[in-house]
Amino acid sequence: MPVKSVHVQQVTKRFGETLALDDISFDVARGELFGFIGPDGAGKTTLFRILTTLLLADTGTCSVEGHDVVKDYKKIRKISGYMPGKFSLYQDLTVEENLNFFATIFGTTLEENYDLIKDIYRQIEPFKTRKAGKLSGGMKQKLALSCAMIHKPDILFLDEPTTGVDAVSRLEFWEMLKRLKEAGITILVSTPYMDEASLCDRVALIQNGRIMTISTPIEIIHHYPLSLLSVKAGDIYKLLGELRSYPGVHSVFAFGQTAHVAFHDKNIDTGDLSDFLVKMQHKSVEISPVEATIEDCFMELMTAP
Amino acid sequence: MTVNNENIITVKDLVKKFGSFVANDHLTFEVKKGEIFGFLGANGAGKTTAIKILCGLSYPTSGTLRVAGFDIYTQREKVKRNIGYMSQKFSLYDDLTVYENIRFYGGIYGLRKKDIDSRSQALMQRLGFEAARNKLIRDIPLGWKQKLAFSVAILHNPKIVFLDEPTGGVDPITRRQFWDMIYEAAHDGITVFVTTHYMDEAEYCDRVSIMVDGRIAALDTPDNLKRQFSAPSMNDVFIKLARAKVA
Repeated sequence: MPVKSVHVQQVTKRFGETLALDDISFDVARGELFGFIGPDGAGKTTLFRILTTLLLADTGTCSVEGHDVVKDYKKIRKISGYMPGKFSLYQDLTVEENLNFFATIFGTTLEENYDLIKDIYRQIEPFKTRKAGKLSGGMKQKLALSCAMIHKPDILFLDEPTTGVDAVSRLEFWEMLKRLKEAGITILVSTPYMDEASLCDRVALIQNGRIMTISTPIEIIHHYPLSLLSVKAGDIYKLLGELRSYPGVHSVFAFGQTAHVAFHDKNIDTGDLSDFLVKMQHKSVEISPVEATIEDCFMELMTAP
Repeated sequence: MTVNNENIITVKDLVKKFGSFVANDHLTFEVKKGEIFGFLGANGAGKTTAIKILCGLSYPTSGTLRVAGFDIYTQREKVKRNIGYMSQKFSLYDDLTVYENIRFYGGIYGLRKKDIDSRSQALMQRLGFEAARNKLIRDIPLGWKQKLAFSVAILHNPKIVFLDEPTGGVDPITRRQFWDMIYEAAHDGITVFVTTHYMDEAEYCDRVSIMVDGRIAALDTPDNLKRQFSAPSMNDVFIKLARAKVA
């Protein structure tokens, strides 16, 4: 059994009538890159705020590196780095001033831990005299990560670090996380982008305060219960509607210019489906079996009774 | 397809400078009536600047622009009456009810009370929101807010609707339902001008432009762009283009 870095048992949290977290339990191993995948309102931020000792759970217990989030909160704060979902550095301080500020709070200096953050910091160092509020989205994100890392934490909590960030910056951000993981840091990261799941060691798919499943991305895909076809045929809008009327179809979802069509039946005759679409005036129909993506799995779990 | 050859947006040599910084560097493009036009670009590439100008909220430094048949310099108020806009922050009022928000926006766009009532009735029925009519916006789920914000943005039957990252943060099923609404609006002849960071959504557009450093680096149908850049998906097209500037 690997050493546990995070242990969460039966945590519930309510805000008025809203059940933000509904009996959540999971463990994260030391050195693991663990992802929480789910939309806004799933409970990701509430969970991160509880683990970073900023919020108390109603019921349940949590520990981080063996420290209880209630009794030992000061210890947890020393060893954790936290990047909140909302940019919360000082907008009217420069890049360098923000870093020095966070270093000082944790009783260290930029020089002392420069090695740890240099890969990330170097990319924004040319702008070190610029005010944080004047940085682009991608640069803000790099600065926030540098500030979260400045005290050499054992564990990082990154709450939606890639939301609203363009595809290239997202890619670069995940490359940085991979390097931090190689340095042995445990990373908990949340994201609404389903395609980022495959970059994590394990993920929890979360919706309405509940964990729908926890596993490695490969295992989750492996457990997808339906047989799935990818269908392409000109007008996607028309195609989606017609596929939904086809006998035996369980679900139809657009994936770019193709439609993913799921059947309970494992032996669907693609020839019949092709004939049906041709009859519906579709030209150049392409049908092929396709492996489910995490997004297919997520949507299936969401709608499962 | 309801796309025809009439240009609903014409932009020629649009330049916008902030001091010495060139946010939009000679943009030239057209959008056809009824088209779903994807306006992509990296953070800081100049998308928001251009959208603000197209919506009549900011003046260009130079260039000629016509939106919905009106000149962006001399007929701004007419432009504003003929467009709808939905921001990523959904500008609905949290402490007003669903109906009050519809009435408020209808009023702003100059609809008569009678029209507001009939349209809001139809709208709530279509969205299945009748039971939520008197609920405060802050108490309804994110996906509902998003659908409502879109419906409100097209309540006055604009010629064009601008959608600025409309699907950020919603679940994958709601995201697809939202695109069904976009298709429907386009089918009804409303031109859709949309920005997104979800590259699969770029594939749903009729044509896509990709901005890099204030310029339009590519503009074509998703199929042609993938062919041109020998890329299997729009995500790869985007990464090739936006990364090229770093190298």
